[in-house]
Amino acid sequence: MESLSNRKKVIEQKPLNIWERMYLPAIFRGMAITFGHMFKKKETVFYPEQERPISENWRGLHSLKRDEEGRERCTACGLCALACPAEAITMIAAERQKGEEHLYREEKYAAVYEINMLRCIFCGLCEEACPKEAIYLDGPYITADYLRKDFIYGKDKLVEDPLK
Amino acid sequence: MELAFVIEKFILVSLIFAITLGIAAYSTLAERKVAGFLQDRVGPNRAGPAGMLQPLFDGLKMFFKEEIIPNESNKFLFILGPSLALLTACIGSAVIPWGTQLDIAGKTVELQVADINVGILYIFGIVSLGVYGTMIGGWASNNKFSLMGAIRAASQSISYEIAMGLSIIALLMLTGTLSLKEIAMQQDGFWADGWFTWNIFKQPIGFLIFIICAFAECNRTPFDLPECETELVGGFHTEYSGMKLGSFLFSEYINMFVSSAVMSTLYFGGYNFPFMHNLGLSDNLVTILGILALFIKIICFIFLFMWVRWTIPRFRYDQLMNLGWKILIPLAIANIAITGIVITLIEKNAG
Repeated sequence: MESLSNRKKVIEQKPLNIWERMYLPAIFRGMAITFGHMFKKKETVFYPEQERPISENWRGLHSLKRDEEGRERCTACGLCALACPAEAITMIAAERQKGEEHLYREEKYAAVYEINMLRCIFCGLCEEACPKEAIYLDGPYITADYLRKDFIYGKDKLVEDPLK
Repeated sequence: MELAFVIEKFILVSLIFAITLGIAAYSTLAERKVAGFLQDRVGPNRAGPAGMLQPLFDGLKMFFKEEIIPNESNKFLFILGPSLALLTACIGSAVIPWGTQLDIAGKTVELQVADINVGILYIFGIVSLGVYGTMIGGWASNNKFSLMGAIRAASQSISYEIAMGLSIIALLMLTGTLSLKEIAMQQDGFWADGWFTWNIFKQPIGFLIFIICAFAECNRTPFDLPECETELVGGFHTEYSGMKLGSFLFSEYINMFVSSAVMSTLYFGGYNFPFMHNLGLSDNLVTILGILALFIKIICFIFLFMWVRWTIPRFRYDQLMNLGWKILIPLAIANIAITGIVITLIEKNAG
């Protein structure tokens, strides 16, 4: 059939001639190429000392946000846990007591909030689901660890530092 | 036999053993470094300065790993396999002449463990024994993949030994001796009687066949079908773990070192280097420089082994057999015929 775009290329498969069938010239050419790479600039990033720049919308470690007065925004509605496709988020809700108004913005708050970083796929659906703008994936990488239980991050690691 | 002789040989053997193991250990690091550099990476560089302690810690790791022996395996043969592989790899270096001789306090010390007059045959014997380790280990694992790897190793080794032997015959027609010491001595210096003395310039095709077969005998890429990960999981060492796996992998590097030494001795003049008699140095110094020259040649060959590994993909099994039986063996026989004709013509002209 006629090509409309004119970009079609018919590749001809010719039988190898005797020079090509010896393979050795091709092998030497390949070896010259790999040898050339010995002196090229190395691509290695020396990770702990040196980090790759990450983009502005990089999705890293989650952080639970505070409002302008330094109160936790999360109201433990559980929408993030429902939205999570990897079932990584769990929480236990509690009622705000008298005298805790400076700590929690809403009448209900998350007493326990845990994200299993081994389950999390960093899709960002939790931050889209959150009606209170309480969770964002704006942190750094998740670092390596030895035990599985140490990958379950609680509020101590997730909540933003209080306002000064 | 006098005591001094025994002590002298004992020191020489331990020294060569230590150097062999040391070079093999650092080959594992060099392999990873070379692989890194050929792929625009830097390779291991954390353990010690520039990663120099890496082989030590790799070995340590191997020792601390759990040793698993499969229930259904033949336990005696399962342990015998890697031991045999390591043993045959180590004893190959006994006949290699590392230098001529040293005069130490009026005593002449030969720098060769055993000058047997059939040195090349000894090497061939060891090489063909080497495959038994792989075969026994693979068979004793009682695993289909291991058995496939072992069968591949056996048939590959048999096929390429023929071509290797035939390529050596042409060389032996030139040298007229089987002793590695005499072959090294014949390649004295670099230039004599209007031609190079090194055998590579007299037997280029023979060398090409020999080096291809050496790659196949060492199970190195592109001939590493016995341990072909993409098809056979781990090939003959699928079921091995811990230091038994370590000895299999380590014996590969020792084999590489020994075959590099054999190739240097047979084709690249061994301990000889250009202008060795024109420098006006004492005999001892020339010998020591010769040892250095031999080791530089060996290291170049080891680098070549690695360079090829990280350049060429693996053969398909039928291609491997094709190359061995239909190309290398006829080529080696043709090489013998041509060498015979040339030798006859030269002798006729001379006589």
